[in-house]
Amino acid sequence: MVNYIWVFMTIVGFVFAMFNGTIEEVNKAIFDGAKEAVTLCIGLISILVFWLGMMRIAQESGLLDLLSKLFRPLVKRVFPDVPTNHPAMGYILSNMIANMFGLGNAATPLGIKAMEELKQLNGGKNSASRSMVTFLAINTASITIIPTTVIAIRMNYNSASPTEIVVPTLIATIISMLGAVMIDRYFYNRRSRKG
Amino acid sequence: MEFLSLISLGFIPVLIGFILLYGTIKQVPTYESFVEGGKEGIKIAVSIIPFLVGMLVAITVFRASGALEALMNWIRPAMEAIGVPAEIVPLILIRPISGTAALGMTSDLIAVYGPDSFIGRLASVLQGSTDTTFYVLTVYFGAVGIKKMGDALKVGLLADVVGIIAAIVVVVLVFGAQ
Repeated sequence: MVNYIWVFMTIVGFVFAMFNGTIEEVNKAIFDGAKEAVTLCIGLISILVFWLGMMRIAQESGLLDLLSKLFRPLVKRVFPDVPTNHPAMGYILSNMIANMFGLGNAATPLGIKAMEELKQLNGGKNSASRSMVTFLAINTASITIIPTTVIAIRMNYNSASPTEIVVPTLIATIISMLGAVMIDRYFYNRRSRKG
Repeated sequence: MEFLSLISLGFIPVLIGFILLYGTIKQVPTYESFVEGGKEGIKIAVSIIPFLVGMLVAITVFRASGALEALMNWIRPAMEAIGVPAEIVPLILIRPISGTAALGMTSDLIAVYGPDSFIGRLASVLQGSTDTTFYVLTVYFGAVGIKKMGDALKVGLLADVVGIIAAIVVVVLVFGAQ
């Protein structure tokens, strides 16, 4: 899907430019866009290095594990089908914590492990179980405490206050997380009424 | 709402201070761990260069040709009727599909309209607050061989809609409309 959107934007841009007499601007845009992207990534290095360094300390000191313990009782209620001490619960929690702190790369392998465990709980079937749908919903609407990349981009473009969006982002993600859990419940109830 | 900005400002120093102190108490070699973790940051920043180059070139071409403006003018009345700035619509559409594409659009919006403009702030919160539903769905279900997704896509996309609405409402409440 991204492939089509990408080609669409470029080709439509070219065709539009021919009719619009903006072909000169478009030529310049190709090189400007590429340059902008590289400059941006270089600018991202600073904060990514700093934040991932901090998170490594949090990980090795056991702070992240402590957080998952704290959230366990809450998450248990969202996943009533998963036994409390099942490894799936551990992976789900670590995945959520990693997402919260903007550690997307660390979150993905944990999420896959969680899915594997959930599949086993479901008897290895190739259809999504109730918990899998819930986990997915929570994942796409995960709470964000530090939107690292966004802060970095804002710094790059000289924001007067790059971090002013931290609390609004946190509030918005808490709302969307609650929304995801409720929507998930609604669909589950609908399914179980039918079947 | 001054109060919220204050929390936003103080939050990161407090969090960093806490991580450092907790690490020291737990006798983690803090500086060495920091450096180890930091190396990963370089890898990530470098690895997203091709994604951003591809997407930013496409967006810049689309914008420079005048096509983006034509599209904006076309959808503006409908979008403004429901209180959504037209400029943000492409970002909303691409957010559930591709994270890096959305990152490119967010940085483009911030570059063009300024990070402290209404659109810049809205783009920031939107980028931070929703995740790439299709990516998560494909990767997580694909990795463990789930063929029948059940309600997963529906639930994920509806959750995105909630997230987008929440982002717009929160930004308007905290920073005021345009």
